[in-house]
Amino acid sequence: MFGQLHVMENEPLDVLRERSLPCCGFDRRAFLKCALASGAALGLSETACSAAATPLQAGQQKQDDSRFVVEAKFYQKQANLKIKCKLCPRECNVGDRERGYCGVRENRGGTYYTLVHSRVCAAHVDPIEKKPLFHYMPGTLAFSLATAGCNVNCKFCQNWDISQSRPEQIPADYAPPQRIVDLAKQYSCPTIAYTYSEPVVFSEFLMDTADAGHEAGLRSIVVSNGYMQEEALKAAYGKMDAVKIDLKAFTESYYSKVVTGQLKPVLDSLVTLKKMGKWTEIVYLVVPTLNDSDAEFTGLAQWVKANLGADVPLHFTQYHPEYLLKNLPITPVPTLERAKAIADAEGLHYVYIGNVPGHPAQNTYCPQCKKLLVERVGFTASQMLIRQNSCPFCHHPIPGIWHA
Amino acid sequence: MNRINIDSRREFLKKALAGAALFRANGEAAALASTEQGAKLAKSKVVVARDGLLRGTGSTPGSSVDSGRMLALLDRAMQALFDRDRSIEAWRMLVRPGELVGLKVNTLGGRGISSNLQLVAAICERLHEAGIKAGDIVVWDRDTEEMEHAGFRVVEGGDRVQCFGTDRVDYEQDLVSYGSVGSRLSRILTQRSNVLINVPVLKDHDGAGVTIGLKNMYGVIHNPNKYHPNGCNPYVADLNMLSEIRTRMRLTVCDATTAMYDGGPAYKPETSWKDNALMVAQDAVALDYTGWQTIERKRAEHGLKTLEAEDRAPRYIATAADQEHRLGTNDPRKISIVEV
Repeated sequence: MFGQLHVMENEPLDVLRERSLPCCGFDRRAFLKCALASGAALGLSETACSAAATPLQAGQQKQDDSRFVVEAKFYQKQANLKIKCKLCPRECNVGDRERGYCGVRENRGGTYYTLVHSRVCAAHVDPIEKKPLFHYMPGTLAFSLATAGCNVNCKFCQNWDISQSRPEQIPADYAPPQRIVDLAKQYSCPTIAYTYSEPVVFSEFLMDTADAGHEAGLRSIVVSNGYMQEEALKAAYGKMDAVKIDLKAFTESYYSKVVTGQLKPVLDSLVTLKKMGKWTEIVYLVVPTLNDSDAEFTGLAQWVKANLGADVPLHFTQYHPEYLLKNLPITPVPTLERAKAIADAEGLHYVYIGNVPGHPAQNTYCPQCKKLLVERVGFTASQMLIRQNSCPFCHHPIPGIWHA
Repeated sequence: MNRINIDSRREFLKKALAGAALFRANGEAAALASTEQGAKLAKSKVVVARDGLLRGTGSTPGSSVDSGRMLALLDRAMQALFDRDRSIEAWRMLVRPGELVGLKVNTLGGRGISSNLQLVAAICERLHEAGIKAGDIVVWDRDTEEMEHAGFRVVEGGDRVQCFGTDRVDYEQDLVSYGSVGSRLSRILTQRSNVLINVPVLKDHDGAGVTIGLKNMYGVIHNPNKYHPNGCNPYVADLNMLSEIRTRMRLTVCDATTAMYDGGPAYKPETSWKDNALMVAQDAVALDYTGWQTIERKRAEHGLKTLEAEDRAPRYIATAADQEHRLGTNDPRKISIVEV
């Protein structure tokens, strides 16, 4: 079914654990590149397999393939055949025959269309820990998928070859919601994950797939930048069972210069998700010299505690040079430990360190008795002691969705 | 492929500053010579060639352009631009036998407002006469299907003029960057041409203000959507700074046979007019500035606000001319408009 296999996440591969779809075929070049990247992963350097997103072969995609084109849900019609997109805070004003910043939504004669409904360019069976979601059904698998496109342009993006491409530029397959549900069940995945690129831009497909999944008893989770308008967020992510938000920094200047977005709407989204009662975890990719000051870590932790509560998991993850930001080193582990220490001191209960295999801060501990509750090796939950949503030792409640 | 990262740009700036310091150290005489030389610099020439009978007697409005008159119009423009009595001499100043020449057309507007077929044919004819093999000429845009909708016939292979979109050969794998956005370049640009002739159209653009020559380079990259914020400023200028574009760009032949003063970039017949003109220049910034003024005049004729008043003046043109980019001039005192 899938012409190319994409196995990317903002986190490293665990080639021992993850399962490729057998119907996904590598060409030789992609295989070799991916094998090299996987080798690096085995050597614990944890490099994502960005090489897997080999661009299309000439003529593979047709720009106006009607199977993928569905009228967008979040926009307003304007005079002179223009539209205003209401999906994300960017609010693109798009003229006839033009596309929004995301590159996957197009104005055709005054009607705005998504070009990526059911247009799956990446699909994989991942451990849920790879998202990462640490307080959501540990040890289970997620049928993970993406389309092309993104509404920001992070200079460190590990999946830029799909996120920063137009849909017709990368291989994709027609995979409507029911097909996704069938595949998820076939591969024993209790969850469908919308991830890899930026699910904000394929909201319509996400919503339809989540509905189909729920009818079949499958959950849905999303890995997102949270850069979304409130109405769209409520409509789309209201259908999710859990959400992971990449909070990329705690300053507007970083969002402006490195992300090409804004911080405040993301913070607003986090608050909205909290009000909606969605299980939410936050990832903060620590980029040396750009967002790693004590003041930022402190401000972040204080804001999370004040606005979301002390129980929201916060993951500080290690940056690896990629895309347009290759001139900085991998985040030193002591920097991540400093971030965690600050967040711990501010009173957050579940602060993790990510992308550092074997680090004890990738485990879950009881905030009251400090005993180990969930032990993780790579993306595998090797020990899971939480019972009835509580610590088995002191019975302190441990927030999350722990069991199916 | 060139990759301009933060470090290399910083190095470049340091070297440039060092060069400036050295210049000062050489004393006042050198500075005076430079000023004198600057005063003698020729203006950027923009030729506007017009033929009111380009479409015949006008008895059938909207009828196609006469290919013979188009060829003659192009000849007049090139002779004026290069101060030559014969157009072939002008073309021989521009290209050499053995070179691979790409004609970057604009086909977003379909049959209504895309690079004129007769104009493209005329350029190819003159290139061929100047010694370029037909098979070494490629007419291209981003998408083959769009080109077909605009009336181009696809040709791949053989010894005829080639004609197809980037979708047939893909973009380069590697990223190039000037400024804040990285892009993959069309392999037609990088692998199929070492000379670039830009053949844009003259039209209004809802976001950028106008789209003429500089912005036509958006069709060279895989992610033009990332270059549209802030009225495409500074993105248009940054894109044209890429060495892969700059080193190939030799001429802009703007098709103003049909132009559009409002409602672009998609074709709107109600706001287009038959200008029956070509604008030709080697200074792409001067040409864009001149084209912008043409559109403003037409807007005024129709009682429309200026683009500035609509808060969509094409500021990228000034950016392209600024001290960082220096892609040409937008100073009307330094532009010589020659009407023929």
